[in-house]
Amino acid sequence: MTTQTITQAPVPERTAPHSRGNRKQARRNALIGWTFILPNFLGFLAFTLIPVLAAFALSFMEWTSFSAPKWVGLKNFERMIASDSFWVALRNTVVYALGHVPLTMALALVLAMLLNRKLKGIGFFRVAIFFPYITSLVAVAVVWNMLFSPDSGPVNQFLHGIGIAEAPGWTSSSDWALPAVIITSVWRDMGYYMVLYLAGLQAIPTELYEAAEVDGASAWQRFWNVTLPSLRPTTFFVVVMLTVSSFKVFDLIVVMTNGGPGRSTTVLSQLIYQEGIGEGKFGYSSAISLVLFLIVLTVTVLQFKIQQRRER
Amino acid sequence: MTNMAEDLKAEARSVGTNLEAAPEGRRLPNRPSRSNRSTREQKARTTNVLIYGVLVVLVAALMVPFIWMLSSSLKENNQVLTVPIQWIPTEFVWSNYTDIWSRIPMLGYLQNSLYLSVIITVLQVLTGSLAAYGFSKVRFPGRDVLFLGYIGTIAVPWQAYMVPQYIMMQQLGLTNSFNALILLQAFGAFGVFLMRQYYMTIPDELCEAARIDGLSEYGIWARIILPLSKPALASLALLTFVNTWNDYMGPFIYLTSNRLWTVQLGLRSFVGQFDAEYAMIMTGSVISVVPILIIFLLGQRYFIQGIATSGMKG
Repeated sequence: MTTQTITQAPVPERTAPHSRGNRKQARRNALIGWTFILPNFLGFLAFTLIPVLAAFALSFMEWTSFSAPKWVGLKNFERMIASDSFWVALRNTVVYALGHVPLTMALALVLAMLLNRKLKGIGFFRVAIFFPYITSLVAVAVVWNMLFSPDSGPVNQFLHGIGIAEAPGWTSSSDWALPAVIITSVWRDMGYYMVLYLAGLQAIPTELYEAAEVDGASAWQRFWNVTLPSLRPTTFFVVVMLTVSSFKVFDLIVVMTNGGPGRSTTVLSQLIYQEGIGEGKFGYSSAISLVLFLIVLTVTVLQFKIQQRRER
Repeated sequence: MTNMAEDLKAEARSVGTNLEAAPEGRRLPNRPSRSNRSTREQKARTTNVLIYGVLVVLVAALMVPFIWMLSSSLKENNQVLTVPIQWIPTEFVWSNYTDIWSRIPMLGYLQNSLYLSVIITVLQVLTGSLAAYGFSKVRFPGRDVLFLGYIGTIAVPWQAYMVPQYIMMQQLGLTNSFNALILLQAFGAFGVFLMRQYYMTIPDELCEAARIDGLSEYGIWARIILPLSKPALASLALLTFVNTWNDYMGPFIYLTSNRLWTVQLGLRSFVGQFDAEYAMIMTGSVISVVPILIIFLLGQRYFIQGIATSGMKG
């Protein structure tokens, strides 16, 4: 995504700055350009760019709210690898991603295919399905927590109704809390990815389907041989976005389960928060941050590579 | 609930009469010849009815959390988690909606949320559209490298640098104040990115012509680009507003005194303190969602466009 943006950048060249007048013009342009950028840039530099760079440096330092910063090399990382909570959080985050990514993607695609038709009132359905995505997170978490309530919550009543006697304990059980969070987040996010898939579906030329039908392709064959291949760029983008957002999962967990019961839903972001802001271990928490960043980066780069190989 | 079902039925009916105007282009390879037209129409009609059926059931199922939230907000506490589920309260407890304001300082929370959302949105839209103009319509050395820096930080998870941000705010003495959140959220790279994506689609010739007519760059931005980019401005404003309104982690980290809390924090703390007051909790949830619902219904077109621009053209 990012590389595309950069290459998209060319603005028509004006005549090359040779003469003195042009050089003056260039300096004037630089001045004008900077005055436009500056109001945003100052805030961006101070509160985003510097913290980003600081996070890298901090991960090699020992610094707590009680001691002065000191360069310690890889010590934070050694401690992290030896720490049990780090591995628990990493495992939970990966499990969350493994549930959240495929489920959200599949449901978003199904919904998009269902809603990609010109029917009267289709807009209502699209809007309704999209709405959970922008509903306030606390409301979502609170409602789902009650829906999942083990004894008389609607979810378990439904499960009893369809003949499941031993319904799970959801957020009160350490085995089922993570699935409960995954279900909630899939419900919340799929409308957003449905919108992306809808845009992708609408970009597929109708002629492709017409040609396939002339060739006698069944609906299933059209889906496999026309729809899915044409959607590859969208799917790629959706997978990258979903994976990255899964690894960053934070607020939903904090509000829904706060990492519990026990440590069963603690994720990386939460660990960073607890260690860094909760306990003031600035250096150590930054080491975990760096791991989170590297995971996100690796996933993105990997998916770019896979995409490139497929296109070749 | 009943209202929605009525709406859907009404829509389904109007479609029944309007079927010819709803082409199923993709499914019909050639223009149907006169002889088999009626059978095809018949088929299309049954397909449509089937699809409506599927959609109504599906959307109703997906809306269950909202329906349940609304219905519970009008019940007594002991009626919320009943077996079997009561979808419609036996007796509507409207007093929940009047009592909540005295139970928790809801009005103050709403004001705080509104204040933060408005300030951050205004700053983000203003500085974002200015910077986007600089990045897309003014050529100067170092511009693209700088933009790369912006894009680069979008790829870094916010959680990875929240600790340095926190230390910085602590040093500046800004923790437990709105200013911390405003400073952290009003200058995001996302706004610049979204606006620039849109400005790239505005032909440079337009600016060129204005330059020849003697308009300054600021004049071009204010009088030509801004009016042309209303849809993008609306998208950015709505997305920023809703994001700020719904933000939980920012206020959670920075706002410790109750009088500064936003709706999200207030609601969460209410749940923590009175976790058996199910009905009142749902009332609070409804109140926290309603402003978003209104804004969304007014500007849903721009939401979808904003997502399509920032997502797909990226």
